[in-house]
Amino acid sequence: MREIIVNELTQAFQEMAREIAHYLPRLIVMLIIVLIGWLIAYVLKLVARSLLRLTKFSKLSENAGATQLLHQAALPSSTELVSRFVFWVAWVGFVLLGVNVLGIAGLQEYISRFFLFLPRMFVALVILFFGLVAASFFSRAALLAAVNANYRSSRLLSTVVRVLIIVFAFSMVFEELGVAEQTMLIAFATVFGAAMLGLAIAFGLGGQDLARKFLEKRLVQHNKEEREDELSPL
Amino acid sequence: MAEETLLSDDFLRQLINVGEVDIVVGLATHNNAKTIEPVLGAIQSGALKCFPRERVAIINADGGSQDGTTELVAKASIDDLWRESKVYALRTLHSISVPYARTPDPSKALQTILAAADLLRAKACVLISPESTTIEPDWLQRLVRPVYHDNFDLVCPIYTRQKFEGALVRDLLYPATRSIYGYRIREPYGSEFAISGRLVTDFLGRGIGNEDWGKMGPEISITIMAVTAKYRVCQSFLGTKAPSPRGAHDVVSVMRRTAGALFSSLDSNFPVWSVISGSENVPTFGTATEVEPEGARINRRRLLEMFSTGVAQLEPVLRSILSSSSLSELQRIAALGINEFDYPAELWAKTIFEFVASYHKSIINRDHIIQALIPLYRGRSLTFLTENRNGSAQNLQHREESLCADFERLKPYLLEVWADRK
Repeated sequence: MREIIVNELTQAFQEMAREIAHYLPRLIVMLIIVLIGWLIAYVLKLVARSLLRLTKFSKLSENAGATQLLHQAALPSSTELVSRFVFWVAWVGFVLLGVNVLGIAGLQEYISRFFLFLPRMFVALVILFFGLVAASFFSRAALLAAVNANYRSSRLLSTVVRVLIIVFAFSMVFEELGVAEQTMLIAFATVFGAAMLGLAIAFGLGGQDLARKFLEKRLVQHNKEEREDELSPL
Repeated sequence: MAEETLLSDDFLRQLINVGEVDIVVGLATHNNAKTIEPVLGAIQSGALKCFPRERVAIINADGGSQDGTTELVAKASIDDLWRESKVYALRTLHSISVPYARTPDPSKALQTILAAADLLRAKACVLISPESTTIEPDWLQRLVRPVYHDNFDLVCPIYTRQKFEGALVRDLLYPATRSIYGYRIREPYGSEFAISGRLVTDFLGRGIGNEDWGKMGPEISITIMAVTAKYRVCQSFLGTKAPSPRGAHDVVSVMRRTAGALFSSLDSNFPVWSVISGSENVPTFGTATEVEPEGARINRRRLLEMFSTGVAQLEPVLRSILSSSSLSELQRIAALGINEFDYPAELWAKTIFEFVASYHKSIINRDHIIQALIPLYRGRSLTFLTENRNGSAQNLQHREESLCADFERLKPYLLEVWADRK
């Protein structure tokens, strides 16, 4: 009885030792990959940060209104955020490569999925960034045009332009990421459709006379009056 | 060569038929049938009367007129004038009309005229606005003579204006160009001016018309190029400037063509203007005439409303362009009533210099910076209007001089904000 127990234990230990001997080099390789990965990711972070500073990315992001959003959310600057993002993506990539070396069945599929997902995430981020740039540019253009035309609700117009473009950009981002694709599409169509329908009802049915007067005042008489009130500039 | 790309084969053929000339008179038109005939008449009379021995060609660059402007120019004959005036030119006066584009483009129009003048080896090229209904035959002589006889390279006009005409020139263009480039040129953006053949060649050779500031404001870019390249510049009193119909100018496009071009020119010319302090007079020909009484009535309350609304609504945009002290000062005056309203000259000069620096650093889109200046210009116009409502011509001149002095005094501030890395 005692011998059986000792034999079983010995076998188990031998098995464990074999397993450990089998996995140990892989584990060491994994750790080396993770460590080298960390170093490479860190270097990439520094390179990304320098490149972003050289290309004055923070200014671009400020123009896009992204800096303001980040500040409100108590997040670091856009340059810092992007360089951190580069670090984490690179390092997580190396960690997954390391884990892949261990040869754990089932994990490999998830790892390949992660790597396939990276380009989509990158595209989504690019869409988001340019969406914010476009929202900032067009809302400011609308604000300036409206103010210079002496339109009273300039800020409202500008905000509407900004919100519409941001909503549109986010719907594209979610579509790219494949997250709640249908929900986002329906939500976007509903919000956009509701806004347009609301305006149509408000102007078309609810206040035909008001709409006519409003448009006449804004587009015909008002421009003429306003121009006549300008001093001749040249 | 500029000619190769600017001039069509047909136009080149016409120019070759003309041969060399002494003077080119350029007319950049677009639907000017209503005013072109008296302008052409004055040019022809001026050529007959003042330059009977010189070879003169009228070059009309047209930007897609639909009202028969080009036909009127092509039909223009000096036979009637000969009969009427009994003055005979010893040379032929040629008149060529060329469509340079289907839509008006002032930069392309100017380049077409200058390229033609260059090809015809003209000693002087004079640009006349087709809207100058007050033009007299003598204008040609006043503009051309300093180039033709006194060896000047650029002759800028000085007009007699109604008191409240040319607000942008008085309040922004003149004081800003004077303080920045150091020359007292009253009309840096003239509707009429004359340039020498060598300046024409240099302007085309340097490709100024293809640079941002040349494209934005071709007229002011010639003045800026002439002063920065140390060409001989003078001014000539012309006469009464034709009053613009009220509301004829779109302030946004005018601001782009003038202030936009001026601001844009500062980047490449920094080594020239940054070392200039003060300003110097330029030789001036002719005598000034009295300022004409103002007939127009302007709604001051609306101007104030447009300024106040602009300052309030554009607060986030202005915050990125202006210093916090200037912005808070603007917000303070925006809250004032019509009778207390005052946009002081010093604050105006500081505002302009901060706009210039923001434009240089492209804090936001450059065109947006120019557009953001418009409500502030309206506020300054209101102060100009209030200050000079009952003032004499002398008071007006005194105030203009005082504004220019403020701009010159604050030039170091411009250099400071220009260099500021924030």
